[in-house]
Amino acid sequence: MLKELKHAVLFTLVTMVLLGGGYHLVLWGVGRVAFPSQADGSLIRRADSTIVGSRLIAQKFTRPEYFHSRPSGVDYNAASTGGTNYGPSNPDHLKAVQERLDAVKASDSVQPNQVPSEMVTASGGGLDPHIPPAAAELQAARVATARGVPIDRVRELIRTHTESPTFGFLGRARVNVLDLNLAMDEALGKR
Amino acid sequence: MSTEYLAVGFTILFTIATSLVLGRYMFKVFAGQRTLLDPVLVPMERLVLRFIGVRPSHGAGRGDGASAAEAEYDQQDWKRYSLSLLISNVVMWLVTFTIVSLQRVLPMNPDGIANMEPTLAFNTISSFVTNTNLQHYSGETGLSYFSQMFVISFLQFVTAATGLAACIAVIRGLAGSRLTQLGNFYVDLTRATVRVFLPLALLVGVVLMWQGTPMTFEGAVTATTLEGNEQTIARGVVAPEVSIKQLGTNGGGYFGPNSTHPYENPTPLSNFVQTWSITIIPMSMVWTLGYMVRRRRLAVVVFATMLALYLPMVAFAVMQEAGGSPAIAAMGVDQSTGSMEGKEVRFGAGLSALWAVTTTATSNGSVNAMHDSLTPLGGLMPMVGMWLNNIFGGVGVGFINMLIFIIVAVFVAGMMIGRTPEFLGKKVEAKEMKLASLALLWHPLAILVGTAVACYIWATTADPGSALGWLKNPGPHGFSEMLYEFSSAAANNGSGFEGLGDNTPFWNIATGLVMLLSRYIPIIAPLALAGVLAAKPAAPETAGSLSADSPTFGFTLWAVIVILGLLMFLPVAVLGPIAEHLAR
Repeated sequence: MLKELKHAVLFTLVTMVLLGGGYHLVLWGVGRVAFPSQADGSLIRRADSTIVGSRLIAQKFTRPEYFHSRPSGVDYNAASTGGTNYGPSNPDHLKAVQERLDAVKASDSVQPNQVPSEMVTASGGGLDPHIPPAAAELQAARVATARGVPIDRVRELIRTHTESPTFGFLGRARVNVLDLNLAMDEALGKR
Repeated sequence: MSTEYLAVGFTILFTIATSLVLGRYMFKVFAGQRTLLDPVLVPMERLVLRFIGVRPSHGAGRGDGASAAEAEYDQQDWKRYSLSLLISNVVMWLVTFTIVSLQRVLPMNPDGIANMEPTLAFNTISSFVTNTNLQHYSGETGLSYFSQMFVISFLQFVTAATGLAACIAVIRGLAGSRLTQLGNFYVDLTRATVRVFLPLALLVGVVLMWQGTPMTFEGAVTATTLEGNEQTIARGVVAPEVSIKQLGTNGGGYFGPNSTHPYENPTPLSNFVQTWSITIIPMSMVWTLGYMVRRRRLAVVVFATMLALYLPMVAFAVMQEAGGSPAIAAMGVDQSTGSMEGKEVRFGAGLSALWAVTTTATSNGSVNAMHDSLTPLGGLMPMVGMWLNNIFGGVGVGFINMLIFIIVAVFVAGMMIGRTPEFLGKKVEAKEMKLASLALLWHPLAILVGTAVACYIWATTADPGSALGWLKNPGPHGFSEMLYEFSSAAANNGSGFEGLGDNTPFWNIATGLVMLLSRYIPIIAPLALAGVLAAKPAAPETAGSLSADSPTFGFTLWAVIVILGLLMFLPVAVLGPIAEHLAR
């Protein structure tokens, strides 16, 4: 029995050092050397090295000159994330969807059948950095008007910022909202 | 939509193809045969074993044959093997419980996380020691980096290895004839940890970092967004944990929303690698069995039976989620991209549904979409996976569950044709059936009684001020939230209908106990069963024997699983998801 206890304690100690320590340090080292930007959280910095955000983490956009992210169940709080956890027939869920739909209808002057489902539903983690190309297209007119530029220039930027499914079939076509908005500011001037 | 079916099909086929390779590798590791990775990994294995004081009993040479290598170390019968397993797990429990209870004063806590409250710590540690990974805390606010590394990731390795070791021992018992010893627990545990999980976890971790999963010891950063708001972004030692959470069918995420979080699962490629990681070891285990009992045909029959349960569930769930939400369609919004509440654009409805079924069929429990927001019947599929708990199943334990169903199917088939039931040439008698029934019946007992008690407490103590109490959703869906929680705890799964306000003393203690019992009863009873079967002589098969490696037996096994599953769980399925579907 004492021998059993000794094995258990020593095994816990040695594997804790090996896996909790060594395994993490090896991957940390690989990250530092091979993927420093990703390992740090894919942060985007301004010229003065202040942080704009992460290209993987959705931001809250409300102004008309910016493309808006998908709705978030946690108001884009990247320190305490999550979904809404509403069931599909929950009255509160349907009320929230209706409110989002009304907001999009008003801001982009469109009919419900033009609104992609992604823009009225909250994402899983509350930080979905992408919108479908159709959702960017939907907002193009509003953004162009707010910035006072021809809509074709905005559409061109959407096109160059659309990512295809990996290998053509894994995942969905998508536009990174923060990337697109940064590109808008760069190409068309910050408002 | 058609490319989504292509992506689902490709992911499954790729995993099956690679499982053939890994299944052979795992057989070689546990049989003590040479493999390509030996020059690096064997010295590490020896180092660990020498440190803990498990030494070869005679001679230092490594035999080439299975029997020679196994005989190198002190052998244990089923009782000693089980005892070693239990004591090691108790020690791990105590050490890690102490760490999370003191994390405030321990190092590597840049975000100043507080100590864990006792009932939450009981639940969390029981959850991770049992390979369940049910989480009543949220990683970014509940655990320090030290706890994430030395408690969570550590347990995700060694508990998966515990399951794998137990499964290998059970299979040895079935394969042997007049055998009293099942192997050495610490040798199996060390081999599983160092030679199976460690290399795979390093590989997957590197791919995830390449795709964008962070790995940094620095704390959260504060960004000033384009619109001038402040956004605090939690980061941390994410990539190593996500890698082992998937490979070890653990499922406990670094962040609250698990692999829906763009840091845990940044791209469709990272999603592909993680979906692969969830099933690869459980699938490979079937081929390992085939090599160990020297019956490849039996492995094919079992694998096909599992696929015949898994594939229809995947197809059905993809259909349900791709079908969208009728209530949102009624508002005039196009649902052609499927039901997107709780899902991420980069994965879409199809790959989210595939993940939901895969993570519950295998007792993993990680999510890439919020299960609480799945369509009613789409959300039924993860529950079915947990109820059956044997379709590929958790690392080791899922396969043990399947062996229990095989014993039951052998018994039923034997009764039907009027012959003595036997499996691998060994008679299945009353004692074995009692042990198999114990392992089998504990599962519905824990789920159904647990849910009933929760419903009673909810109904009798609900605060009149908040009609829903700890539920986020009304009606049948609220019932499903409680049912899902106990199913997840009993299946050692760990996913949840996360709308349930589960960080309360009742839920922490009740699910903590269910997780502990549902881990060790279905491991110890089969080890005993293997011990009993191992001691029996294997009779040569004759024309009159029931052959377990035939398609007929595969179908019988499939039917036994489906019928028992329906008998145990159809009533609750009707009360929850099916009622919700019909009422919508």
